[in-house]
Amino acid sequence: MKILRYLIIGIIFGITLAKAEIISWYRIYEMFKFQSFHMYGVIGSAVVLGIVFVQMVKRFKLKSIDGKPIQIYPKQKSIPRYLFGGIIFGLGWAMTGACPGPMFILLGNGVSVILVIIAAALLGTYTYGLLRNKLPH
Amino acid sequence: MNEVINFISQPWPWYVAGPVIAVVMFSLLMLGNNFGISANLRSLCSIMGAGKHCEFFDFNWRAQVWNLIFALGLIIGGLIAHTYLTPSTEVNISQETISDLQQLGIENPGSSLVPQNLFSWESLATVKGFIMLVIGGFLIGFGTRYAGGCTSGHAISGLSDLQLPSLIAVIGFFIGGLFVTYLVLPFLLTV
Repeated sequence: MKILRYLIIGIIFGITLAKAEIISWYRIYEMFKFQSFHMYGVIGSAVVLGIVFVQMVKRFKLKSIDGKPIQIYPKQKSIPRYLFGGIIFGLGWAMTGACPGPMFILLGNGVSVILVIIAAALLGTYTYGLLRNKLPH
Repeated sequence: MNEVINFISQPWPWYVAGPVIAVVMFSLLMLGNNFGISANLRSLCSIMGAGKHCEFFDFNWRAQVWNLIFALGLIIGGLIAHTYLTPSTEVNISQETISDLQQLGIENPGSSLVPQNLFSWESLATVKGFIMLVIGGFLIGFGTRYAGGCTSGHAISGLSDLQLPSLIAVIGFFIGGLFVTYLVLPFLLTV
């Protein structure tokens, strides 16, 4: 069952972010106030190890388990979309204290009002889709 | 077995969580996919029929079903952590953060996962609750698609691949986040 693999990886990720308190609004506030190393340690160590993994994939031309070459596509070169989009995302991140992954994990933690945040995020994504051609990218 | 459960029921330090996140990203690569959670928001819009009148949502979301299953796993993981692995609701934030938040009128900062006065259905009817949850959620959904990724897609996957666009996005996350934390929340929380 291929689907089961993704479910299990998701469960591991969900437990990890819950147990390391990354899904807590307080941890995000604390991060933006530079009052603890915790979040920087999480993201920093993930990226350092992530760089090693990606380099392994590229240097050894690793294949995925179904035998296809692993493709990591370079992102389109631009500044405005990443800067403006990033800033807008950051505004929301500091308000809700939850980026998209933690939103789902918080729902599992029984924070039911998170459904409203998810619905608002869907509306935001939809609005972007409508305005996309009018925005600088 | 009980000892194992007691051991993992303590809060996990950063040097456990960070490497697990990297392993999750690597596992998804090895399965032939790219780690990025916010793509699910686009898929969900598409599933609800947004593709009928907006070409951005007219794509084959079925190729993203694996990611929706991953998101379902996140909900189940949160449920397992909450039900079986979290004996204390406290969040171990620093003393400085606690006193800063007390000054902003948050009661017992860190005593639960999220500030309970804000993350409640009643709070949606207040100005600060509406702005922080509804406007905040909207900005996340809009911003993440505009930037082409969220914390997982840019801060983890993109930075791991040393992508300049992802660094720009992460700098943007912090510009927005610092603006809200230092200039908006002090007013909003004390309204």
